[in-house]
Amino acid sequence: MDMFIKFLVAAVLAGTPLLFGTVGEILSEKVGHLNLGVEGMMSIGACSGFMAGYFSDSFAFALIAAALGGALGALIYAFLTVTLMANQNVTGLTLTIFGIGLSNFIGVYALGFSETGTLKLPDGITAHMRNIHIPGLSDLPVVGELLFSYNPFVYLGILIAIIMGLYLGRTQTGLNVQSIGENPAAADAAGIRVIFWKYFNILLGGAICGIGGAYCSMIINRGVWISNNVGGLGWIAVALVIFAGWKPVNAIGGSFVFGALRVLKYYMPKSVIDLPVAFYDMLPFLITALVLVISSMRKSRGIGLPAALGLNYYREER
Amino acid sequence: MSQTPANPACAIECRQITKTFGSVVANDKIDLDVRYGEILALLGENGSGKTTLMNMLSGIYHPDSGSISIAGQPVSINSPVDAMHLGIGMIHQHFKLVDAFTAMDNIVLGTHGKRLAPKVLKERILEICHSVGLEIDPEKRVYEMSVSEKQTVEILKVLYRDAKILILDEPTAVLTPQETGKLFAILRRMREQGRAIIIITHKLQEVLEISDRVTILWKGKSIDTVNTAETNARQLTELMVGRPVSLSIQRPQPQDPQPVMDVQGLTVKKPDGAIALDGISFDIRSGEILGIAGVAGSGQKELCETIAGLTKSEKGHITFKGEEILGKTPAEIISLGIHMGFVPEDRLGMGLVASMGMVDNMLLKSYRSHKGMFIDRKPARALAEELIRRLEIVTPGEDTPVRLLSGGNVQKVLIGREIESGPSVLITAYPVRGLDINSSYTVYDLLNEQKQKGVAVVFVGEDLDVLLELCDRILVLCHGRITGLVDASSVTKEQIGLMMTGSHSGEVQQ
Amino acid sequence: MNTQKLSHEPLIRVVKRTERPPRQVTLLRALALVLSILAGGLFILSLGYNPIEIYATILSGAFRSKIAIQGTVKIMIPLLISSLGVTLAFKMKFWNIGAEGQIIAGAIVASYFALYHSDWNHWVLIVVMFLAGVIGGGIWGLIPALCKMKWNTNETLFTLMLNYIALHIVDYLRDGPWKDPGSQGFPKIARFDANVMLDKVLGVQFGWIVALVLAALIYIYLRYTKQGYEISVVGESTETARYAGMNVRRIVLRTMFLSGAVCGIAGMVQATGSDITLTDAVAGGVGFTAIIVAWLSQLNPITITVVSFLFSVLEKGSSVVQSSYGLSTDCADVLQSIILFFVLGCEFFIRYRFVMRKKGGNA
Repeated sequence: MDMFIKFLVAAVLAGTPLLFGTVGEILSEKVGHLNLGVEGMMSIGACSGFMAGYFSDSFAFALIAAALGGALGALIYAFLTVTLMANQNVTGLTLTIFGIGLSNFIGVYALGFSETGTLKLPDGITAHMRNIHIPGLSDLPVVGELLFSYNPFVYLGILIAIIMGLYLGRTQTGLNVQSIGENPAAADAAGIRVIFWKYFNILLGGAICGIGGAYCSMIINRGVWISNNVGGLGWIAVALVIFAGWKPVNAIGGSFVFGALRVLKYYMPKSVIDLPVAFYDMLPFLITALVLVISSMRKSRGIGLPAALGLNYYREER
Repeated sequence: MSQTPANPACAIECRQITKTFGSVVANDKIDLDVRYGEILALLGENGSGKTTLMNMLSGIYHPDSGSISIAGQPVSINSPVDAMHLGIGMIHQHFKLVDAFTAMDNIVLGTHGKRLAPKVLKERILEICHSVGLEIDPEKRVYEMSVSEKQTVEILKVLYRDAKILILDEPTAVLTPQETGKLFAILRRMREQGRAIIIITHKLQEVLEISDRVTILWKGKSIDTVNTAETNARQLTELMVGRPVSLSIQRPQPQDPQPVMDVQGLTVKKPDGAIALDGISFDIRSGEILGIAGVAGSGQKELCETIAGLTKSEKGHITFKGEEILGKTPAEIISLGIHMGFVPEDRLGMGLVASMGMVDNMLLKSYRSHKGMFIDRKPARALAEELIRRLEIVTPGEDTPVRLLSGGNVQKVLIGREIESGPSVLITAYPVRGLDINSSYTVYDLLNEQKQKGVAVVFVGEDLDVLLELCDRILVLCHGRITGLVDASSVTKEQIGLMMTGSHSGEVQQ
Repeated sequence: MNTQKLSHEPLIRVVKRTERPPRQVTLLRALALVLSILAGGLFILSLGYNPIEIYATILSGAFRSKIAIQGTVKIMIPLLISSLGVTLAFKMKFWNIGAEGQIIAGAIVASYFALYHSDWNHWVLIVVMFLAGVIGGGIWGLIPALCKMKWNTNETLFTLMLNYIALHIVDYLRDGPWKDPGSQGFPKIARFDANVMLDKVLGVQFGWIVALVLAALIYIYLRYTKQGYEISVVGESTETARYAGMNVRRIVLRTMFLSGAVCGIAGMVQATGSDITLTDAVAGGVGFTAIIVAWLSQLNPITITVVSFLFSVLEKGSSVVQSSYGLSTDCADVLQSIILFFVLGCEFFIRYRFVMRKKGGNA
């Protein structure tokens, strides 16, 4: 039982970066832009967040830098695909290669200034990343551990997912924004500023992805910089969007399920099932592939796939 | 050229509006005036610049030069938002609706402020409906709607924003004559409310029926404006085509028509499972043109594609001179020695490869017959050169991507290729859509030439006047059923219109 | 009417123009290339290095000696082959992001023969391994194509997931069945027997000949064969393909098999010619770089040959930059993506132009 609670806690922790990536990508896809650059934007966020924290010793500054880094990556994508109408697939993919390369490159560059040969976040910052403790609530048996004892990123992620869910689903602005992903010409004719909102959503999505990246570089390795710290999570996030049916709130559950898959290998008793470690590592990707196939098998209307996803919009197209 | 003083009774004053797309001059120094409380018809053939002009009034395009005044104030309309603030509402020909949303959500789309409670919103919409006589279910989703329902939503979008100036782009193209009558009644009520209404059309009868004044565009220029009461169809036609023409299309006598293709009990489903064709039977005869009429989406596309062997059918038979061809692929049909020409509705998206030149497009249906694994481009190049010469196709070269050609030339490439294969059946779907008058007549002549050669020609059309003048027999489709199969020389437009709605069946000749 | 509510005329508007003639298009792309090199230079400058010095080091690093040139060519082999592979799929607008996985799959199947049949006749073994690479990569390409045809499964994401699945299969083999017993518990796959190794021609494994031959073959295949023509038509519009009586399903399956197979060859050549063992780094990002190369080259096999050579120079040169300046080789990835960003952006100016607001406005 104790083991099971530990497993659930680990699942939430492993799922949190996915949650940021997924919500960020949903924002982009809702305005019709399939951004395959999530991995890249997360990498840039991972780098800018970590470096800002490392050099400034400020947690808040690290968060802002991570968001700005992700948004900057998204800006490249948005400028190329929204304004210059470049191919979304190729641009996103290039952004990923760019982001990973840039992040690793700057990591090595910064290591050159380190006397110890490693980059470790100062204690002033790691103190902010420890699990919260709410007197009373966090001390409750089971529930305290399961709900009230995570690091602040976890709550931030859930909060962002809920706010974005309300923004898209409950406000007039959200309705307007969604219509851009469904039919940009209709949105334009209805007086919605298509270009502005595309930029807005893509950049906001990028910023959220960037924070998810910071989780990868700052939390997962306990404040020590390593290369390739996002490690394919961005790609799973892109696929999770489908799993979540393009709804930010659904992404919360989806991310934690995939988080559970990622940590399963540490918690599955060898006496029950003894599978090679490589199989567990493969599991999130395998399940994602299966989800893709299964969701394509039962194609139904109105599950949330924006009708104009992947198509660039030019107002004066004839 | 002189600048007339601004007149507040004038809803719209356009002066010297010019707009170019690449090298094409779509609008050339156009002048236009519209007053409150009147219906102005904007008349012109396809490509005369009507839609471009209206898109500039609604902020979709931006004029290269010229001035626009709304209610006496000079303005610059830079976006649909501006147009909305100026009280201009446009009902586009291709509806600009979000399929996945409800009618309500579409109507409030783009408005600012708090999202209204569904109940309040519903009441407000029904109130507007009541004031002009529209009917709608506010909670229905657009993808479940008929075209006339969709149009209602478009009109409501504009009225919800309390537009004083309404622009309707070809509003009747997708409607049955009965639905058109209803729409006109609504437009008249809106005129009585003091709104200015512009209706874009190329149908003369409708112009005469609904409008107070008519402005005629020709090749991007505003030619003339006349009071509807003081004009007639002939004068308007002359203005519209820029020169006096005989309205009649040639119709040579059929040459010994013999049934070559027999369709029996054909049933076809759409990909989504809905019935597209419901047990239809008819025959296609050599040496005649069989017209197919019907409201858009009545099964025309599926009928053409099934005959051409591109779509699978549920049941039924199609025989060519006694030989069953249903269920066979186009390749198998060709191997039986049956040559079928097919000019699909979507020329660049289906009939041709837009990014390839004429040569590679000539190969599309013939490449398979070459021996070995390689392609021989020599005969295709010769054919392309011959078509350029014979059909006077204007192109920089036979390797220029066909998407860069004008609409008329694209159609010549397509029809030319299909005719050159020496078909015994030639199916054409909307072959003159979007073409100017000259190109349209070239197409009619080519079809008649084929008819006289003994080819069985099928002509799917939308303009009833053309169908009546060009075809020998007309088959009317409604919701996938045949509601009439009539002799074109002994039927009126109104009768066909009724058959299109399924309310009246024409006698089916066998 | 209240005109104050109206927006100003936008400062910049996008307007469609007559398409530029081919000569101008080439110039435009060249300009984009120059600009991207300048942008890369600015990036290097911002880190406090002299860009000219770094660029010169890259060039000299790739060409300074016979060994350096051989190293450059060695980098080029898998890159060129897999760029050709993805080109087949991209020409059909099938978004095969799975070159990485297809390279690995080809390498895995080829490695089976390399590990367990190293006693076969050298040339028989090489032919068998070549075919094994074809089949491994081909099947890995066929799976997403089958799902796409049957259920319209999104191929971009699916091929991507297959990359990671293939990667972890290598890890599984490395940790388990194929673990080198002589490595004292350290998980790795044994070095292949000398009989397995691809022969050297001019000092480099003969994979470079395979790559060049493939480039020529694929150029001819796409341009002059019926199957190549079919790929172009399907890529442009499946409706047109259907109209022409083409069997779209068969064409997609065939082409994706070929696309994967060519990538599989890259994996086989890399494992048996360069690495002489199987590791999970056998693809090492080449499958992604290949996509950049193919797109930059407008899917033309001849241009691909040139571009993949230039990219190899960049890779090889940046490893020298690493050793002499301590800058990571990731620099090459950054520069490559900057180049593609600029070239992607320049395509816009072929069909559109910006128009600035006229002075004084029209208030």
